Amino acid sequence: MSEQALKVKVWRGAETGEFVEYLVPRNPNQTVLDVVTYIQRKLDPTLSYRFACRVGMCGSCAMTVNGKARWTCRTHVSHIVDGDSLEIAPLNNLPVIKDLATDMREFFTKWTDARGFFKGNKTRFDDFATVVPDSPERQLANAGIECIGCGVCYASCDVVALRPAYLGPAALNRAWTLVNDVRDTSQLERLRAVAGDAGCHVCHTQGECSERCPKALEPTAGIAGLKKLVGRAAMKGSQWGKL
Amino acid sequence: MGQALNLSKELSIAGGVRQAKLWYLQRISAMVLGICVAIHLAIIFYAIRGGLTAGEILGRTQGNWLFAIFYEIFVLACFIHAPIGLANILQEHFPQSKWSIFFAWLLAGLILVLGSAAVWGLAVGGAS
Repeated sequence: MSEQALKVKVWRGAETGEFVEYLVPRNPNQTVLDVVTYIQRKLDPTLSYRFACRVGMCGSCAMTVNGKARWTCRTHVSHIVDGDSLEIAPLNNLPVIKDLATDMREFFTKWTDARGFFKGNKTRFDDFATVVPDSPERQLANAGIECIGCGVCYASCDVVALRPAYLGPAALNRAWTLVNDVRDTSQLERLRAVAGDAGCHVCHTQGECSERCPKALEPTAGIAGLKKLVGRAAMKGSQWGKL
Repeated sequence: MGQALNLSKELSIAGGVRQAKLWYLQRISAMVLGICVAIHLAIIFYAIRGGLTAGEILGRTQGNWLFAIFYEIFVLACFIHAPIGLANILQEHFPQSKWSIFFAWLLAGLILVLGSAAVWGLAVGGAS
């Protein structure tokens, strides 16, 4: 083993378990995913983790690295290494299946609960809907549309940790992009779904989700938009009717 | 089973809309409080330039209904704002407890009664 070896502590187990230390050789331009892959292929084939694209497109390789949720494929070891040590754990706020793989079902179920899906009233026999590219709604939707559902924001959110029923930043960000989709026909149901203490109104606006989002999206801004819209709709009504 | 699920979903939506209303009331009352605190501080800085006694304060405020109305608005904004915030904090830290609503109402009652009594004392007079 070279002198340049990394001391890598990796979580082994499920909800209960322990950190196990591995020595991994350092390479130039090495990513954290490279490190995990090296351990699984060369040192311990029983290590479980999840990845697919390796280039920041799929959102499946997020883990807690040195205490912060990150995409491992786009995180260079040299940028975050603490001396010669790395600590790699599964994402927070999600049940651990095994080692570094978390159960994402709850995360995606909450997208559905927040009505994070499109519902229109046109068929393929109708003409194309016209959405003006520089309209305010389209611009607001654009700001949050690039989310790939990696779960980094959800794992970084203190409110999710405190209130397990909270829909979380990713689901609310998706709801916000759909609220600004002028073609959608289920807006009142969506506003009801994201109202209150399991929805947007419990966000503390600490901005950890925006701080950590690898795509530099701002779920906090979308949630603030939802808070205002839903609050007004509950008191005075909205363009789609009263809640 | 299906009906029970629908009922619980409807209840949770009704709860969400109620919480959205409370959030809205808390934000509006916060705006009122912001203005009230600014005016309150400005009056204090203006009034105490040469020192001030309790007697002098009461001499100016007693019978002055503008003062009384302003401070009663201040009290009402606190009455709305603070208990909603307290309930949120308690529910977040003690999610299993049913006492958060009780403490919120207790605080609301204290603010309304003690605050209004203080305004009454300023405007009409009382213990000096």
